[in-house]
Amino acid sequence: MIRFGRGARIALATILIVARPAHGHLMTTGFGPFYDGLTHLLVSPEYLLPMIALALLAGLNGPRVGRAVLFTLPAAWLAGSVLGFLVAPHVTMPLATAAVTVVAGGLVATGKPMPLVLVAGAAIAIGGLAGGLNGIELAVTRSNPLAAAGAVAALFVLVSLVTGQVASVRAAWARIAVQVAGSWIAAIGLFMLGWAVRGR
Amino acid sequence: MRATTRLSLLLLAWPATVLAHARGGEAFGFLSGLRHPVSGLDHVVAMIAVGLWGAQLGAPAVWLLPITFPMVMACGGMLGLLGVALPGIEVGIAASAIVLGFAVFREARPSLWVAAVVVGVFAIFHGNAHGTELPPGADGILYSIGFVIATGLLHATGIGLGVAHRWPVGRTAVRCAGAGVALAGVLFLWQAVAGGAA
Repeated sequence: MIRFGRGARIALATILIVARPAHGHLMTTGFGPFYDGLTHLLVSPEYLLPMIALALLAGLNGPRVGRAVLFTLPAAWLAGSVLGFLVAPHVTMPLATAAVTVVAGGLVATGKPMPLVLVAGAAIAIGGLAGGLNGIELAVTRSNPLAAAGAVAALFVLVSLVTGQVASVRAAWARIAVQVAGSWIAAIGLFMLGWAVRGR
Repeated sequence: MRATTRLSLLLLAWPATVLAHARGGEAFGFLSGLRHPVSGLDHVVAMIAVGLWGAQLGAPAVWLLPITFPMVMACGGMLGLLGVALPGIEVGIAASAIVLGFAVFREARPSLWVAAVVVGVFAIFHGNAHGTELPPGADGILYSIGFVIATGLLHATGIGLGVAHRWPVGRTAVRCAGAGVALAGVLFLWQAVAGGAA
C-alpha cells in the first residue's frame, strides 16, 4: 500500500474539498468524442428541430430537392462548425436559433412548393448558422473537434431518413401530417423565442 | 482509528457536487408540458371542440384549423413570456369553450377564414394562459415541446371523434358533445367571473 506523508494527505484533502464542480457541455456517451457529438445533436432540441424542419421541407419538395439538401445541409453545418470552432467568439444566439426554427417550421406548415435554389439556400444558411453555434460551443467547452464530425454524421443520417420518407409519401393526408408537424415546430420555435427573451 | 481512515471518511462524507454533463430538468420539463394541457379541463374541452368542428367542416378546415391553432397559440404564449398579460384571460378561455361548443352543436358552417379567425383569437388566450406556466426547475424549451405535442394530440382526438358525424347516430353524438363543451364553458365562465369578483 502506498503511504502518503501528513503534508500530502492534507494537500489531497484540501484539493478534493475546494474543487469546483465541472460544467461540461457535451453529454458523455463513453464511446469517445465522435459519438458524444453525434448524440449531442439528437438531444439538443434547439439544433434538432430546425434540422428536422429542413429535412421535412426538402422531402415535401420532392426527391431532387431532397438529394440536394442531403449534401448541402451537413456540408454547411460542417463548414459552420469549423468556422465557429476556430473563431470562437464566445457568444450564444438563442434568439437566432429560435428564429430559424420558426422560419423553417413555418415554411413546412405552408406546404407551398419551393424551388431547389431556395430550399438549398435555406439549408446552407440555417445549417451554417446552427453548425457555427455548435462549433463555438465545442471551442468554449474545449471539446474534441471530432465531436463536430459526429454531429455531421448524425445530421446526414437524420436527413436521409426523414427526407427519404417524406419524399416517398403520396397520400394527401400524409403530406398534411407533415405540414402539421411543421406547424408544431414553428409553434415550439415561437415559445423558444419567448424563453430566449425571458432568459429561461 | 488511524488518521488515514479518518481522512478518508471525512472526504467520503463531504463530496463536491459534480454537475458535469447532466443537464437537469429535461424529462421533468417535457413531461410537465405534456401533462399540462390535459390537466386543465378548460383547455381539454376547447381543444377537442376545435377538432370536432374541423371534422364537421371537412377539408380544408379539418387540417387548416389544427395547423393554425398551435402557431397562433404559441404567439399568445410568446406574448405571455414577454410579460404581456391579456386582460380577461380566464373569461376568454371560457368563451372559447362556449363559442366552439356552440358551433359544433349548431353545425355552424362559416367561411374558412371566419372559422380560422375565431379559432385563432381563442388560441391566443389559451397560449397566453397555459403556455407560460412553467414548473420550477423545468426546462422551458422541453416544456414547450410537450405542451405543443399534447395540444396537437387533443386536436387529433377531436378530429378522430368527429369522424363519427358521418353516421346519423354519430352526428347526434358529436352535436351532443358540442353542447356539453358549451355547457362546460358556461361553468368556466361562471367560475371566472365569480373568481374575478372575489
